[in-house]
Amino acid sequence: MSLTELEFQAHAAEAAPEQAVEGRSQWQLTWRRLRHDKVAMASVAVIAFMVVLAIGAPLFARLIGHGVYQAFTNTGLSSAGIPVGPGKHGFLLGTDYIGRDLLVRVLYGARISLYVGILTTALATLAGVSIGLVAGYFGGWIDSVLARFIDTVLAFPFIVLALALAAILGPSLSIVIGVITFFSWAGISRIVRGQTLSVKEKEYIEAARSIGAGPWRIMFIDILPNLMGPVLVLATLYIPTAIVFEATLSFLGIGIPAPTASWGGMLSEAQNYYQVAWWYVVFPATALLITTLAFNLLGDGVRDAMDPRTERIFAASKKRGKRKGTADPGALPSLTVSELGE
Amino acid sequence: MSDTLPRDDARPLPPEAAMEDDVLIRVDNLVKYFPVRGGGLIRRVVGQVQAVDGVSLVVRRGQTLGLVGETGSGKSTLARCIAGLIPVTSGTVTFEGRNITNLSRRAMRPVRREIQMIFQDPYGSLNPRRRVGAIIGDPFAVHRTASGAERKKAVQELMERVGLNPEHFNRFPAEFSGGQRQRIGVARALALRPKLIICDEPVSALDVSIQAQVLNLLADLQREFGLSYLFIAHDLEVVRHVSNDVAVMYLGRIGESGPRDQVYDTARHPYTVALLSAAPAADPDAAAERRRIILTGDVPSPINPPSGCRFHPRCPKAQELCSQQEPVLESKLGDPAIHQAACHFPVQAGEIMARVAGRERR
Repeated sequence: MSLTELEFQAHAAEAAPEQAVEGRSQWQLTWRRLRHDKVAMASVAVIAFMVVLAIGAPLFARLIGHGVYQAFTNTGLSSAGIPVGPGKHGFLLGTDYIGRDLLVRVLYGARISLYVGILTTALATLAGVSIGLVAGYFGGWIDSVLARFIDTVLAFPFIVLALALAAILGPSLSIVIGVITFFSWAGISRIVRGQTLSVKEKEYIEAARSIGAGPWRIMFIDILPNLMGPVLVLATLYIPTAIVFEATLSFLGIGIPAPTASWGGMLSEAQNYYQVAWWYVVFPATALLITTLAFNLLGDGVRDAMDPRTERIFAASKKRGKRKGTADPGALPSLTVSELGE
Repeated sequence: MSDTLPRDDARPLPPEAAMEDDVLIRVDNLVKYFPVRGGGLIRRVVGQVQAVDGVSLVVRRGQTLGLVGETGSGKSTLARCIAGLIPVTSGTVTFEGRNITNLSRRAMRPVRREIQMIFQDPYGSLNPRRRVGAIIGDPFAVHRTASGAERKKAVQELMERVGLNPEHFNRFPAEFSGGQRQRIGVARALALRPKLIICDEPVSALDVSIQAQVLNLLADLQREFGLSYLFIAHDLEVVRHVSNDVAVMYLGRIGESGPRDQVYDTARHPYTVALLSAAPAADPDAAAERRRIILTGDVPSPINPPSGCRFHPRCPKAQELCSQQEPVLESKLGDPAIHQAACHFPVQAGEIMARVAGRERR
């Protein structure tokens, strides 16, 4: 038990001694640990900020007075037809190749990125958990069929499929969502299936069967809560992957179709202008980088907070003192000595 | 508490049960083989683990049948077959005159209310992610016998009855000690007010001092609710303490069975005698007096059990006949019919068996 937990218990005992009978759930414990992780909390703040920007994009556009599709051919382009730089003619982040306000476009791009990232991850998690649970719990031929299907999906060249679909049906948002979901669930399924295989052998599952619980009840009430940890971590880390996936598709011209603002699409357009208009590359790329970085760091934080091993690794690193940096960075928690000691 | 626990006591007994009304559950010639598959593509069945091979036993109403045997003797497999958790290869299980062998899950549901299980591992048998109230309330939820405030009240009464603080229903299993966890398991088994509880080594994972508390709890509950127990253990003293009848299992078969005192005082099967001689005695003088019979070798593999009497390779009294002919489980040497042993050369009272400690051949 860490100092932090002892401290929490001391606080809890002071504050409400009568309430002490309620045990803390895995989520409460995870949240407590996560709250002391400064990097993860900063990531939460960044993500919240991006969400506010995305939701408020039309409002900000109105405040600025520039529409997302509005091309300012007079003020937004120089006499040579080149985009104008940041701060000129009221364009805070400059303009794009036909004189549209880059700031407004980046804000609208956040809408697409977050929408696609979160929706596809939610769909993929739902499908992945259900399929993984069914495969792992029922086993036998059901498992064989589903496991081979998972392998097939994981082995499939996704860019080729996306290119083919876009060529046949024309690029659209729903194809992007469909393709990303289709290539994301299998990874989650594989983890869930493996965990289910190990959890279903536990004696408490036999106890549930001896009570008379059916397979669905056992899967979703007895097994699923034991898998939620890895699933949550995986889902948090899938959001940035999906965002990058969407940007990749848009960059290749098979994602979000042209007039709609998307970060990948803007980067694609900027290819021809980056030598004369650095802002055209830098701002959409920065937005993409910050967002995916925040989700990745949050995912790492959630994983560390979820894993009781973290504290042991932490205790070891405390003993080793300043040799922390030489250890495997992936295994290290993002907490520091002083943070936990406080 | 019995007034508030949901249960319809008006369930009529089936007519057959009236004829032998003290028999609650009867197991006849039960066989459970697990197939052993070879490697390779086709995974042919290359052998059978004969975990349980022709076991018959009876549990009487309000009584306890103790089932003893070494690890690997098939005790737990037998328990799971009786509880309907794994399909039976052959043989029948008759509960209150009704054949419940290999029923479908749906058909088994009402029977589940009557037969419950307590598991060996107090850590493994409780879901670590669920609160204790939810675990104990599970039977009510599954059988839809109580919900909401009614269920919570029933759960708290159960907790109180098994000696847990009912205020703790919101805690997680990890916050309880081994003994308390086993009480949670008892409360869960008791929730539907079953007639039979199969206790699969319920105290072997516990401290000796805690064992006594849980055993006393089980005895109290038996008196209060008229429960019957099938009590599985490898601790002979525990079985002697709780049982009315005792059955000794060896390698998937019953070696000896009968009323407790007869089996303990006049054991007929050499295996029973050896087991009894191996149990530690609390009195040091008595311990010094005793002659321990050391069995050599390990329990043979149930995939390829010995011919004839399965105990013969380790038996100090074994003769030619033992490896050729399988002994029948019947009463020996003028014992009453209920005391049976499967042995060609049953042990006489006062007989000293050939291989004893100190004179063991190397």
